[in-house]
Amino acid sequence: MDKFTVHTGTGAPLRASNVDTDQIIPAEYLKRITRHGFEDGLFSAWRKDENFVLNKPEHQGVSVLVAGPDFGTGSSREHAVWALMDYGFKVVISSRFADIFRGNSGKQGLLTAVVDQSAVEQLWKIIEEAPETPVTVDLAEQIITAAGFTTKFEVDSYVRWRLMEGLDDIGLTLKHVDEIEAFEAKRPSFKPKTV
Amino acid sequence: MGRTLAQKVWDDHVVRRAEGEPDLLYIDLHLTHEVTSPQAFDGLRAAGRSVRRTDLTIATEDHNVPTTDIDKPIADPISRAQIDALRVNTAEFGIENYELGNKEQGIVHIIAPQSGLTQPGMTIVCGDSHTSTHGAFGSIGMGIGTSEVEHVLATQTLPLNPFKTMAITVNGKLPAGVTSKDLILAIIAEIGTGGGQGYILEYRGEAIRALSMEGRMTMCNMSIEAGARAGMIAPDETTYEYVRGREHAPTGADWDAAVAYWKTLPSDADAVFDKEVIIDATKLSPFVTWGTNPGQGAPLSATVPSPDDFTDEVDKVATEKALAYMDLTAGMPIRDIKIDTVFIGSCTNGRIEDLRAAAEVLKGKKIADGMRMMVVPGSVRVRLEAMAEGLDKVFAEAGAEWREAGCSMCLGMNPDKLSPGERSASTSNRNFEGRQGPGGRTHLVSPAVAAATAIRGTLSSPADLVGSN
Ligand code: SF4
Repeated sequence: MDKFTVHTGTGAPLRASNVDTDQIIPAEYLKRITRHGFEDGLFSAWRKDENFVLNKPEHQGVSVLVAGPDFGTGSSREHAVWALMDYGFKVVISSRFADIFRGNSGKQGLLTAVVDQSAVEQLWKIIEEAPETPVTVDLAEQIITAAGFTTKFEVDSYVRWRLMEGLDDIGLTLKHVDEIEAFEAKRPSFKPKTV
Repeated sequence: MGRTLAQKVWDDHVVRRAEGEPDLLYIDLHLTHEVTSPQAFDGLRAAGRSVRRTDLTIATEDHNVPTTDIDKPIADPISRAQIDALRVNTAEFGIENYELGNKEQGIVHIIAPQSGLTQPGMTIVCGDSHTSTHGAFGSIGMGIGTSEVEHVLATQTLPLNPFKTMAITVNGKLPAGVTSKDLILAIIAEIGTGGGQGYILEYRGEAIRALSMEGRMTMCNMSIEAGARAGMIAPDETTYEYVRGREHAPTGADWDAAVAYWKTLPSDADAVFDKEVIIDATKLSPFVTWGTNPGQGAPLSATVPSPDDFTDEVDKVATEKALAYMDLTAGMPIRDIKIDTVFIGSCTNGRIEDLRAAAEVLKGKKIADGMRMMVVPGSVRVRLEAMAEGLDKVFAEAGAEWREAGCSMCLGMNPDKLSPGERSASTSNRNFEGRQGPGGRTHLVSPAVAAATAIRGTLSSPADLVGSN
């Protein structure tokens, strides 16, 4: 997992609330056997509409998603986070996230930044008026800036620390590899082996 | 204060314990299969990580495999892709895989106990919810998700939050003709499909002590259907005798040390459980499900319940929905429910003892006209053992199909499926809508009830056969 301190990129205004994980990626994509390449499944139903925000020429190459409240509700599938990240998103900004989605995001390295709905509206306006505006998300300072507009955002302090250190769950555990080795050294010899 | 069996096993596997963090538990055995592992291996590859302990990891092909013509290529492209991925991944990461056709192949929860890999006092995980099966040996067996599979592959540990313990004490002896499957279905009906949530269950009491290891595995297997994280039974002489001499069992001084350790595991007399449930074994009779979750069950001798029998609004609605899906009328005797498919197999009841129980009922009899009966051993070893005893002939002569090993009709993921509207009596563990195939209807039963049902054509117990035929 890459370390996250400051990210600057263009934004996509997703004017929808209660975007559930079935909308983010439908169940038919769950049968795959890879961990990558889910970008084609992202919002796949909505992307059939040529007017959908991600289909617009001015919103190509975006990396910051600005969404309405209650983003990521519904089934707990980790694929929703994979699809967003595979598409190129580094940050999702919303006034409210579903708990499990937030948890899954933190584990995979996708930043979920919580701001007031008024800030979301402001960002939508800025991006819609000038899609090329760089949006900067500073995790160290917990500040989002775009075209002179600045807002604080909230993020769980543990998740923030992990993102800044670039540690996924496995990376965190491997910090204690000496304790794992010490445990292994004491395991009784009668414990079975598969080979 | 004394500790419970679950607490002892947990404590003995804590690698690291810190304030405000989950415990980091060491995992003694990691079982993998084709469905939940591909993305875990892919994640390892992407991060440039390796498998920490290939010698504590094993793979098998079970969920997707066909149970006939196993020498032919797998027809379904997704199933084939998952199996191929497992073969590539296990070869690349150095893990032993029991491929289709290997004599060790079989359902993941059947192969580990039969080869002696499952022993008392272990932590065992697998990306499959029925890992609770292994608790029958006095181990903590837990189902995990794909991210956790990757975590265990990379670190051989898992960060886990504490659990609560529930004692389920089954007093008295089970009446003749009542099996562990009937008992666990009755327990789930009693505590509900959410009754075990957040708990590790410990089954104890006279009736549990009297069960064979196979019977204990059936009990622990279905703990997950009560919502529990795991189910356990303290090891005793029955356990040691089962493990002794198996391929991966300890020998010599190691055996003595192991048994000495295992004897320390049972819950202390003064251990306190967070919850206690008491069941009277002597009042039980063959038990089957009528609805669409494993908690919707009743004695075979009862009638199909009516939504009005329930006071709770949620239960009322659930019953109404279940009766509609199952196409049943409230008040009809359960014994009159006509069945067209009987399935014997799965990690719940696909062991040798289950096949013997079914064969004993079927011996010298024929299944009903129009009945389809499939007998699917849980592993190649079970298959060979059954054939050595001539059980395959008993099934064939009765008119049943004798198949190769795999999960088969336990879930609609391979060619063995129910067609819409078909109704099965199944020895498996889940009767959810569409579990055995879209539109299929499932009644969960014991192997003996399954066999008697195949003969009579309606849900029946072996006792119903007396005087008939
Ligand atoms: S037999 Fe059924 S429950 Fe058991 S592992 Fe296979 S699919 Fe899962």
